[in-house]
Amino acid sequence: MRRIAVAAVTLLALPTAALAEGMPQLDFKNPLTTSQVVWLVFIFSVLYVLLSRWGLPKVADVLEARAVSIAQDLDAAHQAKAASDVAVAASNEATRVAHAEAQAEISASVARAKAAAAAQAAELNARLEAQLAAAEERIGAARASALGALRQVATETADVVITRLTGRVPGRGLVDQAVGAALAARGQG
Amino acid sequence: MAAEGHGIDVLGQFQLHTVGAAVGQSVNFTQANLMMVLAAGLTLAILYFGTRKRAVVPGRLQALAELSYTFIHNMCTDQIGEEGKKFFPLVFALFFFILFGNLIGIWPYAFTFTSHIANTLALTVLVWVLTTAVALRLHGWKFFTYFAPPGVPVALMPLLIPIEILSYLSRLISLSVRLFANMVAGHMMLEVFGAFIVMLGAAGALYWAPAGLSFAVDVVLIGFEFLVAVLQAYVFALLTCIYLHDAVHLH
Repeated sequence: MRRIAVAAVTLLALPTAALAEGMPQLDFKNPLTTSQVVWLVFIFSVLYVLLSRWGLPKVADVLEARAVSIAQDLDAAHQAKAASDVAVAASNEATRVAHAEAQAEISASVARAKAAAAAQAAELNARLEAQLAAAEERIGAARASALGALRQVATETADVVITRLTGRVPGRGLVDQAVGAALAARGQG
Repeated sequence: MAAEGHGIDVLGQFQLHTVGAAVGQSVNFTQANLMMVLAAGLTLAILYFGTRKRAVVPGRLQALAELSYTFIHNMCTDQIGEEGKKFFPLVFALFFFILFGNLIGIWPYAFTFTSHIANTLALTVLVWVLTTAVALRLHGWKFFTYFAPPGVPVALMPLLIPIEILSYLSRLISLSVRLFANMVAGHMMLEVFGAFIVMLGAAGALYWAPAGLSFAVDVVLIGFEFLVAVLQAYVFALLTCIYLHDAVHLH
């Protein structure tokens, strides 16, 4: 019980207690207090030399190597990009040229086809014209011959009819005249 | 060590003794020095094992080594400038020596060599002498204009110059005592509450609740000690960089 009370007092009076009892850190009569500093100087010097000559350059090497490799990779990537840009431009140009050529080819073909079609149509027209003309000529001839025959048929028929009706042969001139007038009246003389 | 006769022996943990039997005794090699060797060895081991594979995509250990390198390297170049690269190995050595000294000290039965003012003062003297030497070498007599900042009225100079000189000298104290006091205070608190656990636990079931509370405090303190260990190493390295910046650029 008393011990706890003493402990509590010790805690409250820590700074004074520390000074009263004497801190080992301030006990310079102890040779170890100063000798540890000599060792500190030695150990820290060794640490410094090893770090500056060996340890830190090693890390610097690793970092440097990484920086170099990253720079090289970036360089390679840039070069690859430039090359691909050139290739893309060339391919675009080729596509454009091919497109234009194809377009020209198509226009030329269309024009050729149109000309051919026009020529063919003209030839066909001419042939049809000719056939038409020939046909009309034939029709005209046929009609003329038909009309010629008609007059003869009409005259003979009139002769026969009149002969049968009247019992006498009509005068040639009279019949011809009448047939001619009738044909003329129908617009076929 | 916790309770010996009267109260709590909070200072016993800082007592130096030699290690390595007769050989260690003959060369006054203390447990503090053993921890220094461990801290230095750990620093070198991280760099050695971290850079062994030299992978382009680093593994965990290599990432640790590289991050340590770039962290301190950036600190040097940010604080000091391009000239900081010359001091990079020193700042690296200081930071990791102190960091591992602090961290190893948290380990049970280990010893915290940064809890000895003689050690922290020695490191501080190294920094102080180096900064002063660098400033004198780079600027010659112009270095002493550092104590008379430009743009200050002449009337204030008699007051300001002694203050500046004093603050320059007090760097020796502030840098060393900051680290020393932080480590000592933390370890004392750990020891006190550790002793409470034992004493209250032994005093009977009635005291188990406060004993448990002391244990909880110690758990929190350990976490806090980790923070302090890293922070103080960082502060030491950063202040070294800032002092070196002053030495290189004067203002």
